[in-house]
Amino acid sequence: MPRHLLSAGDLTRESALHILDTTERIGQAIAGREVRKLPTLRGRTVVNLFYEDSTRTRLSFEAAAKRLSADVINFSAKGSSVSKGESLKDTAWTLQAIGADAIVCRHSSSGAPHQLSGWVDGHVINAGDGTHEHPTQALIDAFTVRKHLGDVEGKRIVIVGDVIHSRVARSNVLLLSTLGAQVTLVAPPTLLPKGIESWPVTVDYDFDRALAGVDAVMMLRVQRERMGDAFFPTTREYSRQYGLDDRRRALIANHGIVMHPGPMVRGMEISPSVADGPGSVIVEQVANGVIVRMAVLYLLLSART
Amino acid sequence: MTVPPRIAGADRSPPPANTATDPAEISAQRLLLTPSEIARVVDRIAHQILERTADSSSPPILLGIPTRGSVLAVRLAQRLEVFSGAPPICGSLDITLYRDDLRHKAPRALEETSMPVGGIEAATVILVDDVLFSGRTVRAALDALREYGRPSVVQLAVLVDRGHRQLPIRADYVGKNIPTAAGDSVDVRFTETDGYDAVELKRAP
Repeated sequence: MPRHLLSAGDLTRESALHILDTTERIGQAIAGREVRKLPTLRGRTVVNLFYEDSTRTRLSFEAAAKRLSADVINFSAKGSSVSKGESLKDTAWTLQAIGADAIVCRHSSSGAPHQLSGWVDGHVINAGDGTHEHPTQALIDAFTVRKHLGDVEGKRIVIVGDVIHSRVARSNVLLLSTLGAQVTLVAPPTLLPKGIESWPVTVDYDFDRALAGVDAVMMLRVQRERMGDAFFPTTREYSRQYGLDDRRRALIANHGIVMHPGPMVRGMEISPSVADGPGSVIVEQVANGVIVRMAVLYLLLSART
Repeated sequence: MTVPPRIAGADRSPPPANTATDPAEISAQRLLLTPSEIARVVDRIAHQILERTADSSSPPILLGIPTRGSVLAVRLAQRLEVFSGAPPICGSLDITLYRDDLRHKAPRALEETSMPVGGIEAATVILVDDVLFSGRTVRAALDALREYGRPSVVQLAVLVDRGHRQLPIRADYVGKNIPTAAGDSVDVRFTETDGYDAVELKRAP
C-alpha cells in the first residue's frame, strides 16, 4: 500500500486487490448490525479539505471516517481563509499544526493533492483534482463490478461520454486495466483528450457497435461547468448519439450492468427508465462508496506510525 | 439454522509440511501435540462443553476467531454433533478492526466474519481460538461481540493456553496448558490451513 492515495496508477494489481478484499470484509463486518460503527481509528483525525463543491464525495468520506470512530474536521474553501487569500501551503501548515492524520483533498487544480502530500506528515487521499484523477471512485466502480460480475479480469467495460474532463474516467482506465479488464472509451472526438493513443484502451465513436455484448457500461457526466466552448452541436444530438436509452440497454450482455458515478443528467446521458431499470447499480455505487473509503482509511491509517 | 462451516483462509494453498531444513531450526522446534493428541483434546473439550451447557434451552453458538480459531470451531462443532446428535450453530468473528495495537504493527488483512442467521441475542456464545496468550485478542472479541447483540453467557475455549496474560482473562475450556517464555512462539497447525496437524513450540533464540 502506498503512503498516499493520489492516483489509481500508484496501485499495483496486488495492492488494488488488497483494498477490494478489505472492503468486502468490512462490508461483512458491519452487515446486519444495529451499531454500524467500529472503534478502529479512535483518536485519529481526518480532515476533509474541499476546495471544490461536492456533496456525495464529502458525505461519503465523512461517513466512512465516522464509522471507523475517527474525528472528522470538514473544511470547505468557501467562507474560509482561502477567500481571504490564504495559499494551499499555509493551509497545509495549519493542518499539520492541528495534527491531521489523514487529509482528504478535493481541488479544482490537477496535482494539488500531490503538492499537499509533500508538505504534511499525514496521509493524503485524492478526492478528485481538476480533470486529473479520482482514485477512490475507480475503486468503488471496480468493487461494484467485482460484486456483480465475480471478477474484473477479462471483463469488457465501455466508458462513455465526457472523457476529456473526467477524472473518474482517467482513474477507471488505469485501475480497470491494472485489474485486467478490456476497456473501450466511447465519445465524440472533441471529448477525447490528446495522447489517448498511449492509454491502455480501445476507442470507438460508434456507441451501438461498442455496446454489443459488453459486461458493463459506465456513463460519465457531461461536465458543462468545465466547458468553455461548445464541444458538441446540441444536447439533443449528443443524447441521440451517446445517450443510453432502452434500445441501447438491450445491446449489452444479459448479465451486464449499468453504472454512473453521479450526478446524472437524466434524459441526456441516460434515460430515466435505464437509470432506474434492471441491471442499474447506480445507487449501489454510492452505498459501496462508504465501505471502500473505510477500507482505504483503515489501510492507510492503521499502519505502523 | 446452521451457518455452513466455511473456514477463513482455507482456500489458500497449504505450505509443504515442516519446511524447516536447517538442523538448528528443527532442534529449536518442539512438537507439543501430535495429530492424534489434537483429536483427543478436541473430543475432550467437546465433552466438557456438552456437560457445562446441558442445562441451557438452546444449543451453544461456537464463534471461531480467524484463522485457526475458525478451523477449531468447525472441528468442535463436528464432534459436538457426533456426541449429542444436535448440530450446534457455528460462525466466525474477525476481531482485527477491534484490536488496540493497530498503530504498532503493519496493517493486517481482514478475515471473514459470519454471524449465525438468528443472531446471538440471549444465547450461550463460546468464543474459540487456537492459542491464548496476552488476552488482548479475547478482549477485542468481547468488544466486537457487544456490537452484534447481548448473549446471556460468553465462554472461551482454546486449544493451548501458554500464559503471559496482560489482561484479567481466563479460558473456560483449555486443551493443554503449556509453560512458555514470553519470547517463544507457539504455532498451531491445522490440515485445513497448513496441510498438517501439529502444535509446535519454537524457543526464543
